[in-house]
Amino acid sequence: MGQAVLQIEGLRVSFRIRGNYYSAVDGVSLAVHRNEVLAIVGESGCGKSALALSVMGLHDPVKTRLEGSVLFEGADLLALDRRELNRFRGRKIGMIFQDPQSALNPLMTAGRQIGEALDYHTTLSAAQKKRRTLELLRMVGIEEAEAVGGRYPHELSGGLRQRVMIAIAIACEPALMIADEPTTALDVTIQAQIMDLLKELQRQTGAGIMLITHDMGVVAEMADRVAVMYGGELVETADATTLFERPLHPYTRSLLKSIPSLQAPDERLHVIRGMVPPLHLMPTSGCRFQSRIDWIPVSAHEERPQLREVEPGHWVRCTCYREFALAGNDSS
Amino acid sequence: MWTFVLRRIAIMIPQLLLLSVLIFILAKMMPGDALTGQLASHPQMDARTLAEIREKLGLNDPFYVQYARWIGGLLHGDLGLSYIHQQPVTTLLGERIGNTVLLSACTLLFTYLLAVPLGIASGRWTDSWADKLIVGYSYVSFATPLFIFAVVMLFVFGFELGWFPTGGSVDIQVAKGSFGYYANKLHHLLLPSLSGALISTVGIIQYLRSEIVETKLKDFVKTARAKGIPETHIYWRHILRNSIIPIAAFLGYEITGLIGGSVFLESIFSYPGIGQLFLQSITQRDYSVVTALVMISGVAALLGTLLSDIILSLVDPRIRIERQ
Repeated sequence: MGQAVLQIEGLRVSFRIRGNYYSAVDGVSLAVHRNEVLAIVGESGCGKSALALSVMGLHDPVKTRLEGSVLFEGADLLALDRRELNRFRGRKIGMIFQDPQSALNPLMTAGRQIGEALDYHTTLSAAQKKRRTLELLRMVGIEEAEAVGGRYPHELSGGLRQRVMIAIAIACEPALMIADEPTTALDVTIQAQIMDLLKELQRQTGAGIMLITHDMGVVAEMADRVAVMYGGELVETADATTLFERPLHPYTRSLLKSIPSLQAPDERLHVIRGMVPPLHLMPTSGCRFQSRIDWIPVSAHEERPQLREVEPGHWVRCTCYREFALAGNDSS
Repeated sequence: MWTFVLRRIAIMIPQLLLLSVLIFILAKMMPGDALTGQLASHPQMDARTLAEIREKLGLNDPFYVQYARWIGGLLHGDLGLSYIHQQPVTTLLGERIGNTVLLSACTLLFTYLLAVPLGIASGRWTDSWADKLIVGYSYVSFATPLFIFAVVMLFVFGFELGWFPTGGSVDIQVAKGSFGYYANKLHHLLLPSLSGALISTVGIIQYLRSEIVETKLKDFVKTARAKGIPETHIYWRHILRNSIIPIAAFLGYEITGLIGGSVFLESIFSYPGIGQLFLQSITQRDYSVVTALVMISGVAALLGTLLSDIILSLVDPRIRIERQ
């Protein structure tokens, strides 16, 4: 494992809803290292995107309260104002969004939008910027760089748009890339290409990647380490192999069981009962996932289950994971 | 591009034809004709002379013959004869159309000069005191009828303070063509166009404001922030350019609306334009003038929408009329 590029400590992200603050991210600590893909998984509404956006300072400052620290190259990003933050955003941290259709400005050519990232973070001349833009387009696997660079987003396919997004993100060779569900809006065949591209770019630049996804298939293919989030908390972290072989938290096990299997095509697809409770209904004590499991092996839950290291590098937040494992039973 | 414009103009021909039939029928359906209007001033005219004149003018012909005669004249640029003014409608309009275009252009200019900065400010700093003030103004102006506001303006700035002339388009004594002549013309324009503009900003302000508020939340603005672009540039390059599109397209329709608005403005400020003439002609049943004016505003409306489409295609790359 390389050196940590991003170190998040006790991050809490709260949104103001009708005068009250509710935490979408509740005390998350994690690190992303060089050359590493850290996947953050969970259902919709479990706080993974809120986590990603807070690293980039993209939340509405009026309605959001950020606590804890996000350390990047020795600076606490949460403590910076917008101007100082812009020394990092786009330059040292690149971000790829979910839907390239809406994430690109419809009135600017692809090339211009890539060049814009260079405008503010480099001292290249206009000709150099143009050359670099074409180079970036080729780096993301676009052969006719010149033609694509001159087109507007609506003239490009979904896959090409996402490649352009990636070119924007890597324009200044960032040390960290945040990809927020980068393949969700794309065709399955394109998904694989984009994932391969991200891997390849990482191999070239050694950047750390924080990959937000709900797709366990993507996790299996890409991730070195996995952090599972539920209800704004980390419920389990481990390296990818361990997590897939020995998932301990009932939520992780449910997620893994929800992947359709090719071996047993007739099997009924596993679904997790219910849904992530909305922020203002999130249980304040006990296990947050409790309400969605039928069978609970212990009667006494911890007031607030803590993350425990059960084996080196494998952390779980669950009072009763042992009983679950013993019973061989799952959450439903 | 040019083939598109030509095609659009070609489509306008049947539209105009339909419009002309409609106008003609409506005009004929109105009670009385040009002669009934004149009876009041010539009480000595008896029924027989009247019938003779009607026959001579072709007013007793079947309506399709009259229509054919009218449309034939129209195609030759002959809009008929005004019975009241005793001169061709074209000469009558010639003097006034320039005045109306000038007034409309001036009103439009002031409207945009006022509304665009206000709309931008109120969209960018939503819920600030400045925003509340601007929105407050736009509601008040929305609620105020133009013909009342214009009268108040005329009274305060024209009569009481005497800063502006109270009627006409230019003073008679200034020599035509001199610098003073144009300055005098502008002086006459200022009060009516400002009165019109202050009332008609509401549409653009509200439109622009809500566009900006909406665009601020778009994903590509997040992308721009994630790129580390300074906030001011994000506003100018990303948010504003995307918000201004509907406003630009609005311009064409605005022109159509101005012609309606000029009826009030010109009447209140006794400004000799086609709006004032229109109102006069209706009360005097000078139908050849009325039909000509409705026809002209119909053409203006169609040209306005064409202009909107052209502007839209220029500012929005997603709408390309044609690629060569």
